[in-house]
Amino acid sequence: MASRRNLPIVAMALVVIAVHLLAAAAGKPQYLTQLTMAGYYSLVIVGLTLLMGYTGQISMGHAGFFAIGGYTSGLLTTYNLYSQNGEMPVSMLRSTGLLVAGKDLYGADLLVVRPWAACVVALLVTLGIAYLVGKPVLKLRGHYLAMATLGFGTIVYKVVLGSSVLGAADGISDIPAFPLFAGLAVSGKSVLRTQNYYLAWALVLVAMLLLTNLIHSRVGRALRAIHGAEDAADAMGVDTSRYKLNMFVLSAVLAALGGVFLTHYNGGIGPSEASIMKSVRYVAIVAVGGMANLWGALIMGVLLNFLSLRGSFGSYDDAVFGLILLAIMLFAPDGLLRAELVRRLPGLRRGFGQKGAP
Amino acid sequence: MKTLGITVAFVFTTVLGAGALQAKTPTVKIGAIFSKTGPAANLGGPEARTLEMVVEEVNKKGGMGGSQIELVLKDSGSSPEKAISFAKQLIEEDKVFAIIGPSTSGETLKIRAIAEEGKTILLSCAAAEAIVNPVASYVFKVAPSDSHAARRIFEQMKKMGIAKIGLLSSNTGFGKAGKEQVEKLAPSFSIQIVANEVYEKEATDLTALVTKLKAAKVQAFINWSIEPAQAIVIKNARQVGLSVPIFQSHGFGNIQYAKAAGPAAEGVIFPASRLLVADSLPADDKQKPVLLKYRQSYEARYKEDASTFGGHAHDALLLLGKAVEKAGTLDKEKVRAALENLQGVVGTAGVFNFSARDHGGLGMDAFEMQTVKNGKFVVLGDTAGKK
Amino acid sequence: MSLDLLFQYLVAGITYGTIYAIVAIGFNIIYNTTGIINFAQGEFVMLGGMLGVTLHALLPMPLAIAGAVIATMLVGALIEMLFIRWLRRPSVLRLIIITIGLSIAIRELALLLWGEGVRALPYFTGTAVSSLSIGDVHISPQVLWVLGLSAVMVAALNFIFARTLLGRQMRACACNREAAQLCGISAKNMVTLSFVLSAGIGALAGCAISPITYVQYDSGTSLAIKGFTVAILGGLGNSMAAIAAGLLLGILESFSIWVMPAAYKDVIAISILLLILFVRPSGLFGNAEAARLKDY
Repeated sequence: MASRRNLPIVAMALVVIAVHLLAAAAGKPQYLTQLTMAGYYSLVIVGLTLLMGYTGQISMGHAGFFAIGGYTSGLLTTYNLYSQNGEMPVSMLRSTGLLVAGKDLYGADLLVVRPWAACVVALLVTLGIAYLVGKPVLKLRGHYLAMATLGFGTIVYKVVLGSSVLGAADGISDIPAFPLFAGLAVSGKSVLRTQNYYLAWALVLVAMLLLTNLIHSRVGRALRAIHGAEDAADAMGVDTSRYKLNMFVLSAVLAALGGVFLTHYNGGIGPSEASIMKSVRYVAIVAVGGMANLWGALIMGVLLNFLSLRGSFGSYDDAVFGLILLAIMLFAPDGLLRAELVRRLPGLRRGFGQKGAP
Repeated sequence: MKTLGITVAFVFTTVLGAGALQAKTPTVKIGAIFSKTGPAANLGGPEARTLEMVVEEVNKKGGMGGSQIELVLKDSGSSPEKAISFAKQLIEEDKVFAIIGPSTSGETLKIRAIAEEGKTILLSCAAAEAIVNPVASYVFKVAPSDSHAARRIFEQMKKMGIAKIGLLSSNTGFGKAGKEQVEKLAPSFSIQIVANEVYEKEATDLTALVTKLKAAKVQAFINWSIEPAQAIVIKNARQVGLSVPIFQSHGFGNIQYAKAAGPAAEGVIFPASRLLVADSLPADDKQKPVLLKYRQSYEARYKEDASTFGGHAHDALLLLGKAVEKAGTLDKEKVRAALENLQGVVGTAGVFNFSARDHGGLGMDAFEMQTVKNGKFVVLGDTAGKK
Repeated sequence: MSLDLLFQYLVAGITYGTIYAIVAIGFNIIYNTTGIINFAQGEFVMLGGMLGVTLHALLPMPLAIAGAVIATMLVGALIEMLFIRWLRRPSVLRLIIITIGLSIAIRELALLLWGEGVRALPYFTGTAVSSLSIGDVHISPQVLWVLGLSAVMVAALNFIFARTLLGRQMRACACNREAAQLCGISAKNMVTLSFVLSAGIGALAGCAISPITYVQYDSGTSLAIKGFTVAILGGLGNSMAAIAAGLLLGILESFSIWVMPAAYKDVIAISILLLILFVRPSGLFGNAEAARLKDY
């Protein structure tokens, strides 16, 4: 059972390697750059699929969580604390090794938070915000839920656009690389391109492993119950609000993780990452992939983001995503790559009263 | 789309030609990243159109360094992540000779390191000081600095005896940069900013803000933005009866805003490139022929008023061409060195003088103080600006 | 704050507020007949303004405006017939996403047709600097046009819904679609009509405000969010309340500039939206029962 379930994961790992070898063989190793970026965006997308497809909660502001992750990490790793070196909170932090010293572009002394510490803080901040926002928002349904999440996304956008400490319209630049273990580092330098490609996709692999196991577990069945008929699930004793909130927070943290890593890979972040159009794109990709289809969303996400990042859609990038959204919702509301995979999963058809049901 | 067509045609021809080992015209690829859409569309749109136009002109005259220019133009929509992805693509895959753009400072700052690492010349059309300070050997900018514009405004204010002002700016990169410079330089001119507000780019009515300025009893105010808001704010100001002198940034340098504001625009003072008043310049002005030619070609081809922002793209290609001429080769490092030492190149934004420490090339005299009279841009009468 | 200053802020707030109220009324008309929130409502306003300017180059102003309104109404009908009419029992999620997709498509089409520049009709009376003064308070005559036209539109709508056959049919549909159909009312046509009406009032508003605010291909987006906030604030479906709510929001925003940076003005509107959604989704004037019963 376990091996059969994890077969797609193994297949995915093989595909990741194959793509690298093909690109190298075709003399286009640079494709890995956009594939890496698309990989980090995929973290947002698969998290959103869990939320929209499996839990049935729409989120029109998910780019906001990506931005919160990226900006928090970016801010902490560039905000110079050197001038407060002797003073209390800074000197204490310094002694715990959470800060790192260096020199900035002008040769002046720099004292900033270590990237991995900044990453942890970013994820915790996102966790907190997601809980705070999720609790009231998830009580809403339908149009109201959509507008509330849209409102959240817009607030994040306006805040990052309006705050000078976050760089306002210029965003944050010169964000340092994120050194990991064994000499690996999340960085955009071209010599590190291959290792960053594998790094990004290893992260996505782990996320997919986590999510597919989640869906096949008790939690997954509860989610499908909630999606299918929330009031019935409630009546059956499923703690719907807790599940919804937890999935919301999980998807938010995944988005923030993508944000942190991509920000360090790019070396910078701008308000465009928090824009409503970005959120709409994520929704479009989840829809195209087939709402409740992790693999479909992943594949479509990589394809569309890859093309978009290479400028294949020219000036009509937004139009492409808008039209995709329209077309899918009109003609194939269950997505393009639907049916097969969804039917194969142990699903609603077996219903409740089965072994392991909540 | 036309560029894509030309590029596809070129690639196709090149492949065929290479296969048949026939002699073909050598090409040099030049990359461009502009915000044709998105928040900075009124910068990137004219810049992209200008670049396409001047590339064609250069190619008709034999190209650059003996090679035809192949332009690879990308629309970043003001997204830094796209600018980063395009920059890497242009440098590593297209192996471009140089990159012109981006349109905004935010994007430029994100790709500075990439251009430097990829040893590719970057001629940015954005204005932030941080782009060329500290100097990165391959990174240049062709837009005049906001600090120069702010200084010219303050000089004019001192002449008019103004000491207490209000400052309005938009929440875009352009507005923020100007705001910083104005705040930084005001004390050295003994000018006090008593009201300081940032408004939203999409703001459609600023009556409440100008009312606040009126309440603060300002003797003049500066508005720093490039959106329609700069026309709206002067209308609102006159409507509420705020009759003090109004100063704008060089973002006002597009006649459509003066037209849009109608009578409210009369008497607005702003520093801008001489492109706007090219007709009234004296016959011996160095810039006059360049300006007139650019304006006439742009307006004839695109049926819209030429703006100073489009001029940046023109200047970028001009400088690149002169550097290639001077170096006598298409070797990137040699051209870079030649570019760094260019002196006295007459562009639309001013006369460029680069050096190893100055990759911006323009000084305060790039700006001419101008005003609006009877719906037209004219040189401000009592300016003491150097020519 | 002096009394004059207070009034000046009030007038500014009423100006913003009326514009939001018109968009909200457009939302309400469609919502009442169909239960759909039309995210493309802001685009109707934008289209009205853009088409008005384009037609003004060929026709005198009143004809240009009439033409723009009629053209936008046709667009509204087209949207409904092509994209909404033939859907079988669509879910709320699906409809939301469809109208969002439509809003993007219309926006990009406008970019293609008109480019990224701004346009505006000339002031209906007077110029950009003319203003009527009461003491130290100044109002542009165009503001009075906006207020006046809005009042006329609201009165006309009230008349249509209360007195005419078509209006009563639309209300019947809003109350109970099946019963209305049993009475021989073509629900499908009523839906189309509601889109046409919404598009029309949006377009007229767009023409009236373009001298003050200018229109650009992306003017519709922020209007839609504000409009929706106002609609919810007043209680979805309640157009008279929308007017009050619109004025309230406009005035709140206007006075907020006195105490916080103007850059965060939009945050106020959205925070109010979120607050209402969390605390009282039926709106200030709405009926909690009715809101819960509204079919999803």
